[in-house]
Amino acid sequence: MARTIIDKIWDDHVVTEEKGTALLYIDRHLVHEVTSPQAFEGLRMAGRKVRRPELTFAVPDHNVPTTDRSLGISDPVSALQVDTLDRNAREFGVTHFSMNDHRQGIVHVIAPEQGITLPGQTIVCGDSHTATHGAFGSLAFGIGTSEVEHVLATQTLPQSRPRTMEVRIEGRAPQGITPKDLILAVIGQIGAAGGTGYVIEFTGEAVRALSMEGRMTLCNMAIEAGARAGLVAPDSITFDYIKGRPYAPKGELWEKAVDFWKSLPSDPQATYDRTVTVDISSLAPQVTWGTNPGQVAGIDGRVPDPESFSDPVVRDSARKALAYMDLVPGTPIAEIPVTRIFIGSCTNGRIEDLRAAAKVVKGRKVASGVSAMVVPGSGLVRAQAEEEGLHTVFIEAGLEWREPGCSMCLGMNPDQLAPFERCASTSNRNFEGRQGKNGRTHLVSPEMAAAAAVTGHFADHRTLSGS
Amino acid sequence: MDAFVTLDALVAPLDRANVDTDAIIPKQFLKTIRRTGLGVALFYDWRYKDAPSDGRTEGLTADPSFVLNDPRYAGAKILLARENFGCGSSREHAPWALLDYGFRAIIAPSFADIFYNNCFKNGILPVVLLPDQIERLFSEVAGTPGTRLLIDLSAQTVVLSSKETFPFTVDPVRKTHLLEGLDEIGLAEKKAPLIDAYEKNRRERAPWLTPAV
Ligand code: SF4
Repeated sequence: MARTIIDKIWDDHVVTEEKGTALLYIDRHLVHEVTSPQAFEGLRMAGRKVRRPELTFAVPDHNVPTTDRSLGISDPVSALQVDTLDRNAREFGVTHFSMNDHRQGIVHVIAPEQGITLPGQTIVCGDSHTATHGAFGSLAFGIGTSEVEHVLATQTLPQSRPRTMEVRIEGRAPQGITPKDLILAVIGQIGAAGGTGYVIEFTGEAVRALSMEGRMTLCNMAIEAGARAGLVAPDSITFDYIKGRPYAPKGELWEKAVDFWKSLPSDPQATYDRTVTVDISSLAPQVTWGTNPGQVAGIDGRVPDPESFSDPVVRDSARKALAYMDLVPGTPIAEIPVTRIFIGSCTNGRIEDLRAAAKVVKGRKVASGVSAMVVPGSGLVRAQAEEEGLHTVFIEAGLEWREPGCSMCLGMNPDQLAPFERCASTSNRNFEGRQGKNGRTHLVSPEMAAAAAVTGHFADHRTLSGS
Repeated sequence: MDAFVTLDALVAPLDRANVDTDAIIPKQFLKTIRRTGLGVALFYDWRYKDAPSDGRTEGLTADPSFVLNDPRYAGAKILLARENFGCGSSREHAPWALLDYGFRAIIAPSFADIFYNNCFKNGILPVVLLPDQIERLFSEVAGTPGTRLLIDLSAQTVVLSSKETFPFTVDPVRKTHLLEGLDEIGLAEKKAPLIDAYEKNRRERAPWLTPAV
């Protein structure tokens, strides 16, 4: 029978199955400091070990400071959490990229970078943006801490078979339309719960044309559509990216792996439980106006009138969102002023994102009253950017150049919005209070965040005047 | 984990769609290395007036406009909610906080996947009902102070005081685990021979999966 890539990976990992619940084998387990301490503590209390420490990779990212690391972490509670990860990794023999390791960074940035993420794998992490790794054609999903403990102890997870959804991106992206715009448009169309219960496969020419960085941005936000995971079938772009990375297979094993990976893409006759088509041929750069990522409009659009929505729940959500965001219906998106800019996160903190943002700010200056920060996704991204001189471009334009980590994506470290500040952010969540209590987040691409930085309001990065 | 068999309890209504886990418990409280004591932080930003961003929980003033601060709902063990409840971050701190506050069941038209999973791991029953049944419950709770519901997991029913009964579905394996309060890791460990066999087979089939370093 014809199978989708999702079915193929699933079938390949079922250890045993009963009453529709499979015990699924997990190939890679990524661990960060926030969602793991209780799991390790659980193991300790039950006298259990980590079954496959060599398949388990730990890194602190959420709490780490993005300023001078030599000073350590000033908040004692954050420091304890990072130290706890350190201690647990040592005690249980898990590979650990510590805070001062030059490879440290956001877990979803460093695993691909290190070649830990490979096609056809099952990958889990106590973090909802694990979907990012789906860019490689793997089944990658976020889990809770109890499940983290389960995977640590058994390298398996009881799971029910997900439904499959094809999101076919149709048409060619207009010039200057980024992967972030694509995924925001997808979520805008299917809604923040449109993918609940599904694993999404992204297909279409525009997806095939994306770089690995772009595919990661796309898959990263599958969870914001409610999907368990999102993925893109692997191809030569995938293989070229992986080849030669530290943890990737080498020599003869590499050849074998590539042969297998080539069998992963969905069979031509395969069917999905649901197929959605998203036409991007006339898409404008996207900006969210609300408090869930599906509340989004083009830069050429306006803040909608909640009364225009026929569904009472959608209407009520829009009303609450506009009240929280302090926006008036009908306001052109391009007239919304911002005072904070955050460029970074597991959605848009990779080298291509920084290059794109640098290109926009080059030769320009951050608008007065605006404060902007660039936080690379990992130590290696930071080093690469510095090698290319991007940091100089940012610094000369008046943006701050920081150490890697999650930073203001969720503000667990000191990087936070002050109450009522309005931010153009390249992260993935515009929830109430996400970047700081009463902070107002608008999600955009790196190009659009950069354009907002130099103009002080949202602006189409493709038509910025003068430089 | 505590077993869940039946629950006869007061209902508190939270009339908002897309309640995300950042709202259920904000980031300041994720720095803990324990799972207990998070009830005071539940719905922190909505629950307290001028909730500070440092995560302080003493000396705060309850915001009377927030539903859980309404004395009518004190002691509620069932939360009535709207669609896509628990969306966003995978933080299990969300069900930990709900449980610590006293909730043992949540009724909604839909839940986000990870949150839904996390509930079962902590002895909380998430119940999905049809939109018009949810509507009925919201008006019932608004109209009748002290509305209680009986949730029976074995029978898979929610019973109103009028004896009207709403059936719900639940995965049979999860149902058994919750009814008996089983330790899932222990159950999986009993399957160790199967896991061993799988690993052996896989090492031969896909040797590249062993990390190169
Ligand atoms: S960058 Fe943001 S979304 Fe990504 S892992 Fe860190 S906190 Fe989560």
